[in-house]
Amino acid sequence: MTLGLYVDTDSPIHRLHAGVKLSSLVVVGTAVFLLNEWLYLAAVLLATVALYFVARIPLKVAYAQLRPVLYLLAIIFIVQSLFDHWTMGVTVALRFLCLILFASLITLTTRVSEMVDVIESAMQPFTPFGVNPAKTSLAISLAIRFLPVIAQKFHDVREAQNARGLGGSIVATAVPLIVRTLRMANDIAEALDARSYDADAKHNKDARAEIISDSRAFTPTEQSSKREC
Amino acid sequence: MNTKDIVYIALFAAVYAALGLFPPILIPIIGVPITAQSMGPMIAGSILGARRGALASLLFLVLVAIGLPLLSGGRGGFGVFLGPSGGFLVAYPFAALAIGAAFERLWHRINFGWAFAINAIGGIGIVYLIGIPWLSFVGNLPFTTALLGSAAFIPGDLIKAIIAAFVAVTVKKSYPIIEPAR
Repeated sequence: MTLGLYVDTDSPIHRLHAGVKLSSLVVVGTAVFLLNEWLYLAAVLLATVALYFVARIPLKVAYAQLRPVLYLLAIIFIVQSLFDHWTMGVTVALRFLCLILFASLITLTTRVSEMVDVIESAMQPFTPFGVNPAKTSLAISLAIRFLPVIAQKFHDVREAQNARGLGGSIVATAVPLIVRTLRMANDIAEALDARSYDADAKHNKDARAEIISDSRAFTPTEQSSKREC
Repeated sequence: MNTKDIVYIALFAAVYAALGLFPPILIPIIGVPITAQSMGPMIAGSILGARRGALASLLFLVLVAIGLPLLSGGRGGFGVFLGPSGGFLVAYPFAALAIGAAFERLWHRINFGWAFAINAIGGIGIVYLIGIPWLSFVGNLPFTTALLGSAAFIPGDLIKAIIAAFVAVTVKKSYPIIEPAR
């Protein structure tokens, strides 16, 4: 699965187990909130940047994730400097830079499928509290499988509404998109039930993989969208 | 929770992502960009109801967290939750839960007015109730500064509440999913 923000360069960081990387995020996340000296935080930032070189990920990829927050960070920095002291502004800004860059490093070096596996095993202890790992991973897999389908439907509806002169209207695009999605959901649920998918069964990871990868399972969907036209 | 519920939840998480594909609208005068994505909790809650709407919102956030670039502007990963505005995202499932619960209670009386009021209280009220203290706390900002900074987004959010109310009322007529609470 190459979908997502994952950058496919090979490095020791890429090869680390996703669970280890996520635990390290918890450690770093806690540490930067405990460190109140901007010099220490600057050291953490430098170390994080060094890890990007180890992972062989271009810094501009990280910057793309950081850019939307920079404006907010600048405001926080200015407010801190006005109300408190410039060192406080630097501390808070560095803290966020560390957090966001470190978290992005994990995102950029870990495949989505590995993350899903970690979620699935992390949920096991909560089974007695009504959490169902099998149903949850079915929902995650289905969502990932249908992201491109729904995005395509969005573009189809938008094009059709453009042709009718309704391209600027969010309502005219959202309503048909939602109704088509709900219809498609019915077809998919029928296809899953017809293949005797049992979310309460213990070992059906393979069955799920088969359903998700079997495009024929969803031919009724394509027929029904043709019916609409 | 049957298979159909799971599929609704999964596909609405994908609809959340599609909302991020609408080009942002720039509000004249104050120049704050508004994206359709924060309509997500309103749409999920008002169409799927409390439980499924909240779970669809949660699933969307999980997909973002595990590294899919689904937030408008192609952002994703854990970093977005650790940033100063993370609270506004974490609030989505709670907002969808409240909106869905209100729609289930008032299902037979839902009209545009009710839908707008519920969207405004749940989709703006609850989101700000979580997002602003979060911004103030993690950003180490005075509460009033965080509040005033967020106020610039209220006009855009009201427009979204209106649009989502139209969508909710239209879908209620053409393809109702919610089972009304008695």
